[in-house]
Amino acid sequence: MRNVILFIRKYANFLFFLLLQIAALSFLFRYNKYHEAAFMNVAGEFTGSINQRYSKVEYYFRLKKINEQLAAENTRLNQLLKENFEMPDGSKKIIMDTVQADTIREIRKYTWLGAKVVGSTVNTQVNFITIHRGFLQDVRPNMGVVSPQGIVGTVVNVSDNYASVMTLLHRQYKVVVKIKNGGERGTIEWDGVSPMFVTLKDIPKSAKVQVGDSIVTSPTSSLFPGNLMVGTIAEIVDDKSSNFYTLRVKPATNFFNIEYVYVIANGQLLEQRRLEDSTRKKFQ
Amino acid sequence: MSELLKNLFRFVLFILVQVFILYHIPPLHRFITPYLYYLYILWLPFSMSRASLMAVAFLFGLSLDYFMYTPGLHAAACVLIAYLRPFVVNMLISQEGADKNYLSPSVTSMGWAPYFTYVFVLTVFHHGYLVFLEWMTFGSFLYFIGKVIATTAVSMLLVLLTELLFFRKEKFRTNTV
Repeated sequence: MRNVILFIRKYANFLFFLLLQIAALSFLFRYNKYHEAAFMNVAGEFTGSINQRYSKVEYYFRLKKINEQLAAENTRLNQLLKENFEMPDGSKKIIMDTVQADTIREIRKYTWLGAKVVGSTVNTQVNFITIHRGFLQDVRPNMGVVSPQGIVGTVVNVSDNYASVMTLLHRQYKVVVKIKNGGERGTIEWDGVSPMFVTLKDIPKSAKVQVGDSIVTSPTSSLFPGNLMVGTIAEIVDDKSSNFYTLRVKPATNFFNIEYVYVIANGQLLEQRRLEDSTRKKFQ
Repeated sequence: MSELLKNLFRFVLFILVQVFILYHIPPLHRFITPYLYYLYILWLPFSMSRASLMAVAFLFGLSLDYFMYTPGLHAAACVLIAYLRPFVVNMLISQEGADKNYLSPSVTSMGWAPYFTYVFVLTVFHHGYLVFLEWMTFGSFLYFIGKVIATTAVSMLLVLLTELLFFRKEKFRTNTV
């Protein structure tokens, strides 16, 4: 017993060092796996409020760009108004009736929640943005996030008034998307090389792809409604040893000056997940 | 200003500079991430015990981690350099008892060459461990080596600039009173 105490006293510093290392590493690996960590909620609230103070200053200098973005988005939405579509013959005019989808709640699948970005990084390998909308304002983990230009990422952590979003520019981020023309689905990842490009994998070589083709969201991701802009193909890497293309995609979202985003809540996600889980259990 | 107050002030300042200035620099290359925050640990006084150095380093690293959503990553690297710091200081201290006569490691207390060797060694350990932990999650060996070298070079440049811009005058204190 005496020897044990002597040993501990002799190596107290080293043992303390090991203890702190184990604490830090367990934090890290737990976070890498489940994206949750001790005190993350409390800390998120605090870092969020500091981030917000900083972004208030930065926001002022970006007003012009935000204005342009909003104008572009308005133009795009105006293009979709039903008044723009009219048949030559009045008797065959098709009127899109949206009332039903709005008032009967069960039919609505996706709800869009606006949020302001208060913190973001682009130059690490694990990039997140912080938005000023949290648990009390109906944001939950695993909701999709889009900007006026294109998709941004997924909510991974929520505190009372802030939420952190894992962006496309995160080494562990993956989302299913499709090519707009052919509809072939693939997975978007980031290789960490340049924040200007992400990688699209698993597109079969039978697909017709061209540089400049649009990549849009696929409803199978269940995070985003279909046909939201993701990016455009910038380069086609033809790997001879594989049956799949690897495409370099330029994201539509400009992660450098992102200011406002929409969080997309999928109201039917729980039901879908429950069904998929029970199916998996049935055939195990 | 008392030494404690000064260090508390530095704690906040280094975190804010790292989060809101250095992480907001547009990315140059994937190997380059400008790190300066760990200089706080190198500037802590000689008189601190190794255990309290490590405790402060852990808290310091963790507070940066909560900003970057990487809980534990920077904390682990900071604790490592806090643990190694006394060894390196003992090896590099030039004159007898400089660690008693001066308050903290600096150019005045250690001299240019020993001080920068001290910074360089701990920078390599810090970045090496940090990038190694990143490499465990993703990346390749080339990424590891390239990033350690490039980031160390950028960090050394930043440390040199900081030392020149904010030259710390250290008072010579005798213990013979």
